[in-house]
Amino acid sequence: MILTRRNLLVGGAAGLLTGCDRFTDSPVLASAEEAHRFLQRSIGRGSLATEFRPEQRSPIFRVNGTHHPNTPEYNIWAGTGFADWRLKVGGMVARPMQLTLAQLQHMPQRAQITRHDCVEGWSAIGKWQGPQLATILNAAGLSPQARYIVFHCADRYGDGGYYESIDLIDAFHPQTILAWALNDRRLDVGHGAPLRLRVERQLGYKQAKYLVGIEAVASLAGIGKGKGGTWEDMSGYQWYAGI
Amino acid sequence: MPEGPPDRPRLIYRHRLVTRLWHWINAIALLIMVGSGLMIFNAHPRLYWGQYGANFDHAWLELPRFPGWVTIPSYYSLAGARHWHFFFALVLAFGLLVYLLWSLANGHILRDLRIRARELGPRHLWKDFKDHLALRFHDPEDPRAYNIFQKLAYVGTLFVLLPGVILSGLALSPGMDAAWPWLTAMFGGRQSARSVHFIAMGAILVFLLVHLTLVLLAGPINELRSMITGWWRVPAEKQP
Repeated sequence: MILTRRNLLVGGAAGLLTGCDRFTDSPVLASAEEAHRFLQRSIGRGSLATEFRPEQRSPIFRVNGTHHPNTPEYNIWAGTGFADWRLKVGGMVARPMQLTLAQLQHMPQRAQITRHDCVEGWSAIGKWQGPQLATILNAAGLSPQARYIVFHCADRYGDGGYYESIDLIDAFHPQTILAWALNDRRLDVGHGAPLRLRVERQLGYKQAKYLVGIEAVASLAGIGKGKGGTWEDMSGYQWYAGI
Repeated sequence: MPEGPPDRPRLIYRHRLVTRLWHWINAIALLIMVGSGLMIFNAHPRLYWGQYGANFDHAWLELPRFPGWVTIPSYYSLAGARHWHFFFALVLAFGLLVYLLWSLANGHILRDLRIRARELGPRHLWKDFKDHLALRFHDPEDPRAYNIFQKLAYVGTLFVLLPGVILSGLALSPGMDAAWPWLTAMFGGRQSARSVHFIAMGAILVFLLVHLTLVLLAGPINELRSMITGWWRVPAEKQP
């Protein structure tokens, strides 16, 4: 092989880039997540995500992730219009609850037209409606020791059920709702029927679908593999998905 | 005509420590940002204009995935690329901020990069263009000074392309969009910001290509040494 300057440059650059691979899982790189969370919270702790006008919505809101949980339990719920489905509210709360879809629909509602940003890069705008998570947490009486809210889902993903978690700043954020409607219709199966989380200042993988339980915890250590969510456990996605 | 003795090479101190330090930190950060950015792009290699954009919407650009030898990491990993990207985003952005403030304070920007009106006159531009074709990059009267094309390239990169790529990147973060909604609005929506982010990256690559070509043409050893030690040898100019 003739070693020209050009070959050396191209080969050198490619070698450098490939050499990067072994640092990819370094905790130093991952520490940037905390820095970004700190910076974003410093400049906009209570800020609201942008809301849009009805005509600004996406013509088609694409389905992503699980398209159908297809477990025996879920199929029974879906067959009866989710009449037998319940949302369990538990963990570090004074009053654990089991809520029906009708009860959730009769709580004070919030509707918002927001942009859903996928970690892959695409965005879709839709109108979501449901009770604020804060209403439910206040009704259940959150323990002062609770620091995170964990969302358990009906769809299987990897080793267990899909789950996600957020801190109390996002849990009590006014735009954080448990949505049962998209674009003025009840959620279809693809979009997470009967109930999903909307936490509008974070990416799509935080918007847990097919909710069956919300749990208040002091630590994320004992849940799943301890990183706070299915994608965080499986693939190393950032737990703070505001970036 | 009497022939004088060959001139002793004249060395001048051309680049200050801050400039050199920033140059190399920035060079590393940029390469990593491009490599990891292309991997992130691979997760959804379509670009749109406007607020939204996904598979059913019209894409103005759709590319095949970038090969592993230009991406970081080289294997498909959106999560891994995001760790690289967001770490070096901080290096790139705060590095540029510190460098620009420092260079304003020490006079580098106003002394070396300020573009004067007479330099933009067509006769001056034409003369400088012809000088470039003859590979004459320095004014023999004032060899330290940047020529007008150099100034335009550096000013455009420092004040337009780099801030543009940083701000359009920030506008993509849902958390930033909530904190600074004017930023995303300034680009015309998140998907427009994503397109601008990609185009600005491309423009920076063009700058990089021209920059490296000119370093090679101007004498790579001398240029490299000046960016490492600060000392630059004034070249013996060819006569016009």
